[in-house]
Amino acid sequence: MAEATLKIFRGTAERSEYQTFSVPTYQGMVVLDAVHDIQAGQAPDLAVRWNCKAGKCGSCGAEVNGNPRLLCMTRMDQYPAGQPIVVEPMRRFPLIRDLVCDVSWNYEVNKRIKPLAPKPREADGTYRMQQYDIDRVQEFHKCIECFLCQDVCHVMRDHGKYDFAGPRFMVRLAALAMHPLDTVDRLRDLRDAQGIGYCNITKCCTEVCPESISITDNAIIPLKERVAGEFYDPLAWIWRALRGKKADTRNPVH
Amino acid sequence: MDDLETHEHDVIVIGAGGAGLRAAIEASTQGVSVGLICKSLLGKAHTVMAEGGVAAALANTDSRDNWQVHFRDTMRGGKMLNNWRMAQIHAQEAPERVNELEEWGALFDRTADGRILQRNFGGHRYPRLAHVGDRTGLEMIRTLQNHGIHQGFEVYMECTVTHLFKDGGRIAGAFAYWRDTGRFVLFRAKAIVLATGGIGKAYTVTSNSWEYTGDGHALAFRTGADLIDMEFVQFHPTGMIWPPSVRGILVTEGVRGEGGVLKNSEGERFMFNYVPEMFQGEYAESEEEAQRWLGGDKSARRPPELLTRDVVSRAIRSENLAGRGSPHGGVYLDIASQQDAEFIKRKLPSMYHQFKQLGDVDITRQPMEIGPTCHYVMGGVRVDAETAHSTVPGLFACGEVAGGMHGANRLGGNSLSDLLVFGRRAGKSAVEYAKSQSSAPEIDADEVAQAEREDLAPFEGRGDENPYALLQDLQKCMETYAGIVRTRADLQQGLEELAGLQQRLARVTVEGTRQYNPGWHYALDLHNMLTVSVAIATAALNREESRGAHSRLDFPDSLPDMEKFNLTLTYRDGQLECRREPRPEMPDELKQLIEVGPGELTADDVAPRFERRRGF
Amino acid sequence: MSDTTTSYPARLDFLETQRQDNWWVAPLATGVGLFAFIVYATWGAFVGDHYQAGPYLSPFYSPLFLVDWWPLSPAFLILWVPGGFRFTCYYYRKAYYRAFVLSPPACSVGARPQRYNGERAILLFQNLHRYFLYPALALVVILWIDAIEAFFFSDGFGIGVGTIVLVINAYCLMSFTFGCNSLRHLVGGNVDCYSCVKFGQQRFKAWKVVTFFNKNHMRWAWISLFWVGFTDLYIRLVSMGVITDLRII
Repeated sequence: MAEATLKIFRGTAERSEYQTFSVPTYQGMVVLDAVHDIQAGQAPDLAVRWNCKAGKCGSCGAEVNGNPRLLCMTRMDQYPAGQPIVVEPMRRFPLIRDLVCDVSWNYEVNKRIKPLAPKPREADGTYRMQQYDIDRVQEFHKCIECFLCQDVCHVMRDHGKYDFAGPRFMVRLAALAMHPLDTVDRLRDLRDAQGIGYCNITKCCTEVCPESISITDNAIIPLKERVAGEFYDPLAWIWRALRGKKADTRNPVH
Repeated sequence: MDDLETHEHDVIVIGAGGAGLRAAIEASTQGVSVGLICKSLLGKAHTVMAEGGVAAALANTDSRDNWQVHFRDTMRGGKMLNNWRMAQIHAQEAPERVNELEEWGALFDRTADGRILQRNFGGHRYPRLAHVGDRTGLEMIRTLQNHGIHQGFEVYMECTVTHLFKDGGRIAGAFAYWRDTGRFVLFRAKAIVLATGGIGKAYTVTSNSWEYTGDGHALAFRTGADLIDMEFVQFHPTGMIWPPSVRGILVTEGVRGEGGVLKNSEGERFMFNYVPEMFQGEYAESEEEAQRWLGGDKSARRPPELLTRDVVSRAIRSENLAGRGSPHGGVYLDIASQQDAEFIKRKLPSMYHQFKQLGDVDITRQPMEIGPTCHYVMGGVRVDAETAHSTVPGLFACGEVAGGMHGANRLGGNSLSDLLVFGRRAGKSAVEYAKSQSSAPEIDADEVAQAEREDLAPFEGRGDENPYALLQDLQKCMETYAGIVRTRADLQQGLEELAGLQQRLARVTVEGTRQYNPGWHYALDLHNMLTVSVAIATAALNREESRGAHSRLDFPDSLPDMEKFNLTLTYRDGQLECRREPRPEMPDELKQLIEVGPGELTADDVAPRFERRRGF
Repeated sequence: MSDTTTSYPARLDFLETQRQDNWWVAPLATGVGLFAFIVYATWGAFVGDHYQAGPYLSPFYSPLFLVDWWPLSPAFLILWVPGGFRFTCYYYRKAYYRAFVLSPPACSVGARPQRYNGERAILLFQNLHRYFLYPALALVVILWIDAIEAFFFSDGFGIGVGTIVLVINAYCLMSFTFGCNSLRHLVGGNVDCYSCVKFGQQRFKAWKVVTFFNKNHMRWAWISLFWVGFTDLYIRLVSMGVITDLRII
């Protein structure tokens, strides 16, 4: 039976090391399988966070050979045999132990986003929306909150700018902005509190997204355009002044 | 106890899947202090894996649907063992719960006239499942999560409850540890809502994650609450079976709802041979009729692939016994021959992705190899239908951990509506109960110290037992002796082995520190899994018939006498007590709903609408 | 067997990474490609000669303004439009932030240490992209006119290799311009509920069209960049007499 070698990060923020393990491989094996096999046979206290093992919950984000990935969706056979596969925790977040890091920052950021405030229901107690009204937002709702985009984004990872909400929450803000039922304006927040200007659209978030959400093109750039229209476009100011409208792109008529 | 981290709330909800979140939201809006404890990060609970949809008789896609038909389908699917009142409440309230989700931001797929689109599913007479492609659970949990975080309840993430405390007869609090630090924490509460989900991790081939260790079942049981219907464990007919790495991963019933067919190794659509007597006349009798149904012909009946899960799982097993199975012990699920690639990718994107990435199979061109996988437990904490109150004062249960709603077999899509309907009710009644308590309950310091000792025991152990090995053996035991089909001899053997595992569990020893130590976590979870496994095997031994998800080879028929009671388990003085609980009498008008033929239910038919949207 | 490190997570040093693939190829190729084009285009614009050959007009010089008061090459009266359009383009921003600014050089590779402000301070002007879009759209029309004029030789209607080169050039620049993210916003991206607003259906369809081009915005950015340079070079060589334009019809 073939074997694979894994070089796994172990330890805490204060004291850490890379440990090397060998595991037998089998068909279709993913890196999370290897980690589980190591837990069962060689290192029972090896810490890893995981849940569904089917790419749906987004718990098992880590860095495999330097690339942020879901361990449960990363096949072992894509790596050259004979070379050790390096598995490390996400670098952007404070370490708890081994492959597990503290992602609670994301939950705090999420809480600061103004929640959806829906239009009133129709007379029959339901809502009417066309499929083409919600296609864009449904793409954003695919997000499984694995936070790999938050991990890879150089704004935080390399430059330590934590007043940027990060790609995950740009996606959520875009979902709210384009939600057909929502009535809240978050553009000023986007510019000031969420720091959309920090993003220099270098697209690493899009590259690592396991749900293939076009984070940059479909979420961040449209938001940047909306912010530009509100704050940085003289013609738009004049246009709005002439029409006597407040800056607002929605126009609910029914 | 003085240096122990302590939190106090009026209501504590344990579990943050759909049911727990819905309960916490409801409790918070009633203006009391609420705490929500979850084992994982918020939003990662098992609800996220629900794929196909949420069942509610909105009558958007087929106007003939209404709560009565939904109620009837649920009762017949549950082989009449359901708590009828729960099934009725569920069918009546589900539509409003779904509409409410939409108000909170959920975006379900739409019909051409802009309403919520519904899809077909096993056992549901009409297209009834509101859905978002094949990631409905994700949409639901994220909606509840993002709505919930602004309701003012406190969330305790990655925190596992190991003990419940009582003051006299009533509930008083919970003892837990933080997964990341291993430190203990005490929660004082007047009312506790269990929403801990299921038990699937007790089986080898399962669609459930590590979390599904029956915590709520075991906590309630040890606290003195009754469990009901524990013999009924649902095996979902379509789990992935190859390659080994993916064995058990769910393949949504939505594949069949969107037209997918089951074939054996000879290429035959074998489900036509397995329509049970109870459903005779309700399913298509030829491939030609099934094909017309797929094309949208209202006079055609639904294909037999859409029979209830228990029936399909047994059929797959029979095909394999007859030597007509696939190479890895399953059968073929084929949608490639029924729908075009664009449609499949649009309606079943994560199935496409999952097979492509993990199984090297392109489901738009090739059939999938699938087989049964442990999926859901119908049994659970016995609760009052109206209030979700268990038999222990102050202890409530909702979602999968509660029993009664689904009887002997759950219909697909009914779990998501179940957790909304009864999550809300549990939250509401927990608040009412908490408000009715004039004094805060006390927790005995000795019990807390005892709980702490028990939780730390695996570190002190001088034994030689490894928690991972024990877990594997437990799963193997349940798979072998209490799986899809059972016999008396097997179940007795299983119970014997479980007793042996219990002894080994006392010798389990873990390495390392308390900081995020999965070995230790498993060692503690194993107590719950063993408790639940014994309950399942005991109940299964005591129901000497085959009904729904419970198949006894030594008693292959459903017996009319056995329809009259549910099996109830109670834990008293270290002993497990199993008794027959007579089913409450159903009012005549509900009985009638079930007995009449399906055609007669639709007298109020308006102009039929049937839509299959293929994108804009 | 272990290597001991201290204090984790440590920020990666400049160009440090655990990646084992050739991550440096893409930014290097981008940098070389952009640099080569800038050098050629600058030179080609400064020359101020050999931009016309028969019915062909180099896109660097179109529309051609020959005015007395302008001391430099007429190309500079025009080139600020495509230049500014491309400089502020969301794709090119990604390309040069990675290749030249090195923030980041590639994903999960240590960025160049710098006082990073993203597009907040001085780079706020990138938001003026839409103001370059408007004249760029006009240029698309003009380049199509140039392409059509390339069918009409002094001896009447005909097709030369240069004609085909100019048609392709117009098509490429159109495909690049129609995929513009600002255009996508303006035609329909700024609508939240298409079925709720006037002309919602039409705006949705327009948005779909731009989205179609936008999906390959990077590809069109490179193809059109290469081709516009090639077009200028072709006309220049014909005009200089180095090569002869082949008449097909």
